[in-house]
Amino acid sequence: MSATAQDPNIGRVEIPDVLDLRHTYDSATDKINGVILTKKTPVPIAVAMGICFLLAGLLFMTIGRLLTMGIGIWGNNQPVAWAFDIINFVWWIGIGHAGTLISAILFLFRQEWRTSINRFAEAMTIFAVMCAGLFPLLHTGRPWLAYWLFPYPNVMQMYPQFRSPLMWDVFAVSTYFTVSALFWYTGLIPDLASLRDRAKNKLTKIIAGVAAMGWRGSARHWQRYDIIYLLLAGISTPLVISVHSIVALDFAVSQLPGWHTTIFPPYFVAGAVFSGFAMVLTLAIPVRALFGFKDFITQKHLDAISKVMLATGLIVVYGYAMEAFIALVYSANPHEEFLMKNRMFGPYAWSYWMLILCNAVIPQLLWFKRIRLHTGIVWVISIFINIGMWLERFVILVTTLHRDFVPSSWGMYKPTIFDFSMFIGTIGFFGLLMCLFIRFVPMIAGFELRELLHKKKSHHH
Amino acid sequence: MSESTPRIGQQSDLTLEQARERLTRARGRRYWRSLEQLATSDGFQSMLEREMPRQAAAVADWDPIDRREFMRLMGASLALAGLTACTKQPEEKIVPYVKAPEDVIPGKPLFYATSFVHGGFAYGVLAESHMGRPTKIEGNPEHPASLGGTNAFAQASVLQLYDPDRSQAHMYLGRQGTWDQFARQLEIEMVPLQLSQGAGLHILTETVTSPTLAAQILALLERFPKAKWHQYEPVNRDNALAGAELAFGDTAATRHHFDKAAVILSLDADFLGRGPGHVRYARDFAARHSPLAAEGMSRLYAVESSPSITGGQADHKLSVRASRVEHIARAIARGLGIDAAPGETGGHEAWIEAAVRDLKQHRGAALVVAGDNQPPVVHALAHAMNDALDAFGKTVELIAPVEAVPAKQFASIKELSDDMASGSVNLLVILGGNPVYTAPADCNFAEGLKNVKLAVHQSLYRDETSRLCHWHIAATHYLEEWSDARAFDGTASIVQPLIEPLYGGRSAHEVMSALLGRAGRKGLELVQDTWRERSGAGDGFEKEWRRWLHDGFVPGTASPARKLKVKRGFASEAPAARALTPNDLELMFQPDPGTWDGRYANNGWLQEMPRPMTQIVWDNAVLMAPQTAAYRRLRNGFVVELQFAGRTVNAPVFIHPGHPEDSATVFMGGGRTHAGRTGNGAGFNAFAIRTSDQPWIALGAARDTGATRDVVTTQEHHQLSEPHHERIYRAATLAEFKANPDFIKKYDEFGQTPPSIYPGFDYSKGNQWGMVVNLNACIGCNACVVACQSENNIPVVGKDQVKRGREMHWIRVDRYFVGDPMNPEVALQPVACMHCENAPCEAVCPVAATVHSREGLNQMVYNRCVGTRYCSNNCPYKVRRFNFYKFADHTTPSLKLQRNPDVTVRARGVMEKCTFCVQRISEARIEAKKKGRLVDVRADGLQTACQQACPTKAIVFGDINNPDDDVAKQRALPLNYGMLVELNTRPRLTYLAKVRNPNPELEQPAAAAAHGGHS
Repeated sequence: MSATAQDPNIGRVEIPDVLDLRHTYDSATDKINGVILTKKTPVPIAVAMGICFLLAGLLFMTIGRLLTMGIGIWGNNQPVAWAFDIINFVWWIGIGHAGTLISAILFLFRQEWRTSINRFAEAMTIFAVMCAGLFPLLHTGRPWLAYWLFPYPNVMQMYPQFRSPLMWDVFAVSTYFTVSALFWYTGLIPDLASLRDRAKNKLTKIIAGVAAMGWRGSARHWQRYDIIYLLLAGISTPLVISVHSIVALDFAVSQLPGWHTTIFPPYFVAGAVFSGFAMVLTLAIPVRALFGFKDFITQKHLDAISKVMLATGLIVVYGYAMEAFIALVYSANPHEEFLMKNRMFGPYAWSYWMLILCNAVIPQLLWFKRIRLHTGIVWVISIFINIGMWLERFVILVTTLHRDFVPSSWGMYKPTIFDFSMFIGTIGFFGLLMCLFIRFVPMIAGFELRELLHKKKSHHH
Repeated sequence: MSESTPRIGQQSDLTLEQARERLTRARGRRYWRSLEQLATSDGFQSMLEREMPRQAAAVADWDPIDRREFMRLMGASLALAGLTACTKQPEEKIVPYVKAPEDVIPGKPLFYATSFVHGGFAYGVLAESHMGRPTKIEGNPEHPASLGGTNAFAQASVLQLYDPDRSQAHMYLGRQGTWDQFARQLEIEMVPLQLSQGAGLHILTETVTSPTLAAQILALLERFPKAKWHQYEPVNRDNALAGAELAFGDTAATRHHFDKAAVILSLDADFLGRGPGHVRYARDFAARHSPLAAEGMSRLYAVESSPSITGGQADHKLSVRASRVEHIARAIARGLGIDAAPGETGGHEAWIEAAVRDLKQHRGAALVVAGDNQPPVVHALAHAMNDALDAFGKTVELIAPVEAVPAKQFASIKELSDDMASGSVNLLVILGGNPVYTAPADCNFAEGLKNVKLAVHQSLYRDETSRLCHWHIAATHYLEEWSDARAFDGTASIVQPLIEPLYGGRSAHEVMSALLGRAGRKGLELVQDTWRERSGAGDGFEKEWRRWLHDGFVPGTASPARKLKVKRGFASEAPAARALTPNDLELMFQPDPGTWDGRYANNGWLQEMPRPMTQIVWDNAVLMAPQTAAYRRLRNGFVVELQFAGRTVNAPVFIHPGHPEDSATVFMGGGRTHAGRTGNGAGFNAFAIRTSDQPWIALGAARDTGATRDVVTTQEHHQLSEPHHERIYRAATLAEFKANPDFIKKYDEFGQTPPSIYPGFDYSKGNQWGMVVNLNACIGCNACVVACQSENNIPVVGKDQVKRGREMHWIRVDRYFVGDPMNPEVALQPVACMHCENAPCEAVCPVAATVHSREGLNQMVYNRCVGTRYCSNNCPYKVRRFNFYKFADHTTPSLKLQRNPDVTVRARGVMEKCTFCVQRISEARIEAKKKGRLVDVRADGLQTACQQACPTKAIVFGDINNPDDDVAKQRALPLNYGMLVELNTRPRLTYLAKVRNPNPELEQPAAAAAHGGHS
């Protein structure tokens, strides 16, 4: 299956294999576990952790203020009752898409390039969903009562209102989080066992031992493992689609011009995958450089991810085009038409055109193989896509809400310092969790890598 | 003063905590005993003064018999530290209005008729009282100045009663004084005055229509012939008074009948928003200015300088700067055959000729009204025109002036300040008002006060004037005092108290009585004395009195009509032509529609009320035409230095389309320094450049200072353009309406109830609540906004929060400009929750906190709301309001007393919105259920707060299932349409489309809006 060997265009650009085949089982395992089984934390990781820790502190300070003062500390108002809170929620949820997609869907499709990045991407998913979950909870006026969104028997004899998409959100996001976490943890067990076996430090042995749940690597273990992993992959796959479809329904079910549109669910899912893969690149490229994992996460990976980004990016662009077409031409709805013109030329036009630049124009560079193989450029593009996807949600939220049906109620939205501190705080919190993960958990699925190595080498010989 | 009363100035170190500690150790009877011991102990008085100035004054004032009462009050006060709900009704007999239960039933409010006095004139009101607490003001349907309607000031007056910044004690030289001290000092001061026949004694009042107060002052003047009585308030009617003198050689007031006028010409008269009769006039005007009026719709021509709500109703508006109004008036007068020197018509000949022809065609049904800001000659011309149009006795009546002794107030205050400057004022008693702040700048009132030997100011607040006077006497609020006043037509109205003075205040009558040497007399006696004498009823007086109190006014006391002949030749002298240089700016002084002359500056409801026409809150600004601002390179919020006669003041600019060019409207009422915590620092002080010789129109200038100040409005977008226009606001001309009564239908592709694939709920049974807002009747006065705030415990959020778009009003009056940006038409539209049958908000709430009742109400369950705000996003009308912070004041004790006990005070983080006054519906439903029937809104007197307050009856609420109900009848009218019905929301609040009545001569049916010119 070596792409290089069968590439008819030999001599133009070399795309390496998904794995450096000079590795042995031992060397691969040592390299992966070596990050954990050492007392030395690489300086960049320590620095990043420090910064992220401070930013996470900022998050919790903001939350403290939010809980004591009320959400008035944000810039939300009438008519823009949702702003950064929901923008950030959707952005984080979108980022959380890549992990499960890589782990589950690519697993089902037997894409071998998923192996070195799935663990990492899944962790990213879980942390992103944690950040995302903070927003719908804290954006409510009375977060201490947010549990009322759960259907549980109570003396009030009240159930949630099942027609509301916010209700569906609760299920979609919580299910997604639970299954993703389970899937991630299940995949970790064999690696935790090898960590346990190789650790010299007693504490590491104990912690990894408990977490490995008695994994001995017996044939029965492996057999059961394969079944459960396949099942979880099967369960996760529809969730990848459902969670963002339902987030899209938060908007599509309303009757606001710019929200009330049937194209939202697929368009949101594509956008989520787009942003999720962008975030994987944003994180994987520096980590790979830092730990010398270029032999596990090769140019082949970056190339494959770039292609997925390009494809989903094109779907997203198609979404933008259809949105404009439906509003301006097809619907004949004057409110829709006004909304789209206001989006393009109104006071927030800058955000729309920035979005087009980031999400529609810049990713077109990925058509070129040279660019896909240039790590630096791909990294920069991934940053643009992250920004673009945030702007997309800004455009959807703010330009829709700030001018809807009745001109007397039109207004402008201005974020406050606490909107930013909350957003940057979640980035810090996410980064902190990522750093801890990188330092203390095998960030590459070692046993899968060994399996792949075995497959590749036997194919070679 | 009794011996047992502690003296002021005793030194001690007793603290509130110690006092409370002493009390907590005692229980039951011992509690009272120890309280008494405590009260007589050393240092108690000084502790009180420090901690509770209000009670301190009360202790010092009360004679020993009242000690028990004091104990009762103090027991609670000390235990709870501060004012509690321990208020009580006055001891004197007061008479409930509608229902007369044998005793107060908890939960059942009582209504008492009384009179709200504004600018000296009475507006009959009913005050709602819950367990002795007045909570809400309604119009008195039987009072001629109200007919059940009110204005925003009356609605907000109840908040002033409970204002924690009100003066809580009498003050002498900056320290607390007592009423007895004051009375004694007066006695001493009066001795030399007896000898000098009162030389050096000056009384300064505001406009006085009160028969009792006038009688007291006149009695004083009789006793002290050399004493002087001055009357001044900054928004006075000097010009009208002088105009009558000019036209008739005699004093006279006018009483207009807008319901009888087919053609009305307003010469800068804001008769709907200002003047003693405006509430009544609004009703009369709206009744006739309706396409459904039986006698035919009236037509209003308005020559207008400052944008006013009257101009907003005009079928033809001519925007000219104030000094040009006289020229236009002269031209029209000449057209009507009146001998007047011509003025410059400035290119408005076509408009003038059309108006003249129209007026002439409606002899006997035409009416000309002149504005109080216009010089006397305009008023005289209006009289002459009315005479020429045979209007006297038909659309306008001349009556004897309503003021007890009409005075030229600017001259009056000038005379007083001259006397003060010369040092000849020994004793100055100022009853109400705030002359240090409001007096014309050339009077140097504050400076003059320094020369007064003893200055006394009786006032609700310890304001700018009080601080410069020796004595400050805390005044009673009108809901705390006995008084009387006359309405616009002279009808005398009784002011009866609903509550004992919260802060031991004294009424003007009591102060006057003290001046007359009888400090102990109570308001009730004084007022009754006047009326006992006037009624001549003898023994039957008590019965009569009870009836007056019940009705709220004394029947048959309207001013007698006057028959006067218009003189000739008063306008023969041509007006001085004033050519403007490019830098000249004509300043037109206007009272602020929220704070008036500053007297309501500390009233949060009025500060936050969007000012009619501008929607500005918490500020007064300088209004300018877009062209005028552009020429000076000014934008909204730029601070300019206004200059006039060597005086300057800095003020922010606010650009107003349709404002006449080369002029600026300068609102008074801002820039208070001692208004209280709410009013201090809001706006700028226009009085700094206002002079007594040119108080209304002054040729000044404006210079950009380079600074900016936020001028905050509740509405940022004013253009009603496609695609929103007809989906929201529908209008036609009278001719179009007559030709096609169903004109509203052309805007609805799917009719008023678009088809749906879902089965609907069966709303055919029971009471089904609905509301119709008549866009023809709404004048945009915003009384409904404040009424709703008062009824529904709606918090005030402050300028900063309004700027962020977080105002909480449940009903708003949207104001749009339509058509020609230089002279746009004004479209007004009250918007409250539509109570959609297919409510978009309900489907998206995840916790079912907003649900539909089977009576068709969209209900908000505050307890259940978690605050996702999705409902607000999904509301196409954006009527939902969110508590972004803890907006409701949960801490200030006095404000708690104002709250409507039937309405939840909302917590932080919940959504709220108009409920159609569900508490009133519930009350009516309970009563109806007891009788085993459905609610009948007319029989049960069910009205929403906005409906009840509306002076023009633009809002009708009721049962749409009952064909006899007004609301059902109005919904059946061809003009009835719903806003944004194409969304299939099926709103229960619908509108009657606006119909304008333009003169076909001036406006071709096809050419929309482009009528009139600009100055």
